[in-house]
Amino acid sequence: MLRTSIGVAMAGWLALFASASALASDPPPVKLNTTADHTKFKELNGPFKSGPEVTKACLSCHTEAARQVHRTKHWTWEFMNPENKQRLGKKNVLNNFCISIPSNYAACTACHVGYGWKDASFDFAREENVDCLVCHDTTGLYQKPPGLAGNPVVGAPIELPPGSGKMIKPVDLAKVAQKIGKTSRDTCGACHFRGGGGDGVKHGDMDTSLAAPTADVDVHMDAEGLDFTCGTCHKASSHDVPGSRYTPTALDKGGAHIRGKDEKKRNPATCVACHGNAPHKEAKESARLNHHANKVACQTCHIPTFARGGVPTKMVWDWSTAGKLKDGKQFTVKDKKGHDIYASHKGDFVIGENVKPEYRWFNGEITYTLLGDKIVKGQGNGGPTQINRIGGSPTDGKSLIWPMKIMRGKQPYDPVHNTLVTPHTAGNDDTGFWKNLNWEKAIETGMRTSGAPFSGKVDFVETEMYWPTTHMVAPKDKAVGCAECHMKNGRLEGIEGVYLPGRDAHPLVDKAGWIMALLTLLGVIGHGIVRIVAARKG
Amino acid sequence: MAERIYIFKRFERFWHWSQAALIMFLLLTGFEIHGAYRVFGFEQAVGFHTLAAWTLVGLWVFAIFWHLTTGEWKQYIPTTEKVVAMLKYYLSGIFTHAPHPFRQTTLRKHNPLQRLAYLGVLLFISPLIWITGWLYLFYDRWAAWGLGGLDLGLVATGHTIGAFLMLIFFIAHIYLATAGHTPTAHLKAMITGWEEVD
Repeated sequence: MLRTSIGVAMAGWLALFASASALASDPPPVKLNTTADHTKFKELNGPFKSGPEVTKACLSCHTEAARQVHRTKHWTWEFMNPENKQRLGKKNVLNNFCISIPSNYAACTACHVGYGWKDASFDFAREENVDCLVCHDTTGLYQKPPGLAGNPVVGAPIELPPGSGKMIKPVDLAKVAQKIGKTSRDTCGACHFRGGGGDGVKHGDMDTSLAAPTADVDVHMDAEGLDFTCGTCHKASSHDVPGSRYTPTALDKGGAHIRGKDEKKRNPATCVACHGNAPHKEAKESARLNHHANKVACQTCHIPTFARGGVPTKMVWDWSTAGKLKDGKQFTVKDKKGHDIYASHKGDFVIGENVKPEYRWFNGEITYTLLGDKIVKGQGNGGPTQINRIGGSPTDGKSLIWPMKIMRGKQPYDPVHNTLVTPHTAGNDDTGFWKNLNWEKAIETGMRTSGAPFSGKVDFVETEMYWPTTHMVAPKDKAVGCAECHMKNGRLEGIEGVYLPGRDAHPLVDKAGWIMALLTLLGVIGHGIVRIVAARKG
Repeated sequence: MAERIYIFKRFERFWHWSQAALIMFLLLTGFEIHGAYRVFGFEQAVGFHTLAAWTLVGLWVFAIFWHLTTGEWKQYIPTTEKVVAMLKYYLSGIFTHAPHPFRQTTLRKHNPLQRLAYLGVLLFISPLIWITGWLYLFYDRWAAWGLGGLDLGLVATGHTIGAFLMLIFFIAHIYLATAGHTPTAHLKAMITGWEEVD
């Protein structure tokens, strides 16, 4: 008996030793998220002298990858809206941030998934022009500074911008290539967190706080919780990333989206795609909340504020005040936290953190004011020029009440042709506005590149641009409370077409009701007084 | 010495006072939901209002049963007899200590004006409040019930009209409760069941 148990114990010890000196053929102890260790590929040993050389190495195995990328708007920066036939995409639209791209390619294409797009001559057909690393880097070492047309610094350090004294170190392309992996919040964020030229500037619901957010900032991306990447919702297929700001899905009636089903037809990045159309199950008032979803987008309650992670977003950009100098030099004015609120080359900014969105009926239709479209300053609609007009109404059956960041600005336009203009801003040359602060020259150059007429006259026009808010979903206990909308002057004050208890009343019924109740009260009080007086006399 | 008669039975008194409390609470929470003021906060007010409404429904089930089985429903049959005399009393007689034109009995516990007022509550205000209130509660089921074309604004306005009428009734009712044989006679009767009559 004793001997047997000693034997069992010894066998146990032996087994333990055996596992401690794990054999190379044993499965690895942790789950690997790839079946290919790219450090083992001789093709990636380098050294690489340029981005396209790396791409050629990638394509030697992933033969169709570049051709897949070529089909996407990440590559073309062009998008044909099938609804209204507008030719959109970064290449074509204007905004009220840095305005437009055409004469500023070398700076803007730092965020292109390609190498060398410095002007209109860029060859979109060349496969090695695709930049694999910018999306698949896992090291965080890969950088594409503005001004190099989407190329990283390779070989020797360079001074950028020239004469600035700022040296940028080269990237070890072989090291980055050997460590490639899936896309991450960092890779998508390298561009999308910095839209508009800086951290958080453009979207309000996307900034570097989403790189490793807490649950309060984004309940899905919560780095210590669900830890979603962008691709968890925007699940790419053949390098095509679903989700669109040109044709967004405002109302998804399709219920929870079983993966694989209708993949081509449906947007997998909507809330409904995972949560379904009746997502409230545990809450006390589930049925009532689910019913709200017939009129109210999920985002309206579940994103109480944007720019919630400590990074401010630009709310107003007034280009008309740009050009001031101090002692003959450009200068900036900063707020208490050190964020720019004026810059000589860009004008005045209003920035905001924890911003309550504005709300609009929205059906997903967006119509841009494109270059060449006639605009009317301060007339017609009475309000600012709409850079993108959104469709939506309470009765069209396609709209929900959506939260919006509405970017407001004042930007240059041509008061003779009555069109928006595409100034040449970035560029170390004689006409780039940021260096020379001369609108006429900058717009002359920009409009020539855009192939549009320019009268030589410059004025400024107020503009508005809609950015539907959809990221930075808060935990459910931080959702917008009932009373924030069910009140007078609440969040949904201007929203028409719904009777909102707490906000709405039939004005006549209310007035008549209170007057009659008051008269009744006065009547009985009067009657009572007369009774008391009469009783005393009696 | 005034005569005492037993007018309000135990269940009737329980019904009256619990209904009174519920209606006051419903008015309080209802006008908060309507946006008139803030006491509990909108969300809580909705919860309380709904709970109180269902409690009142439960109470009414018992009250209707009681009225039908005891025949007390006949107390609300309207009459024109002495209506004018009652009006005259409230408008002048009450100030000059004229005798009350109506003498309560167990079979006729409400004066003619009361009968009319309560009948009005029963036939007009209550149905208006209940029908609009139920529709309001089941707003999320309208489409399933084939009522998709119904307008919430209309239902809500109807409910609000009912609420104002109930508020007006409430004010008048409280005051007229002091217009009995003595200022506190009706109140005592509603509490003890016994009313002093001349």
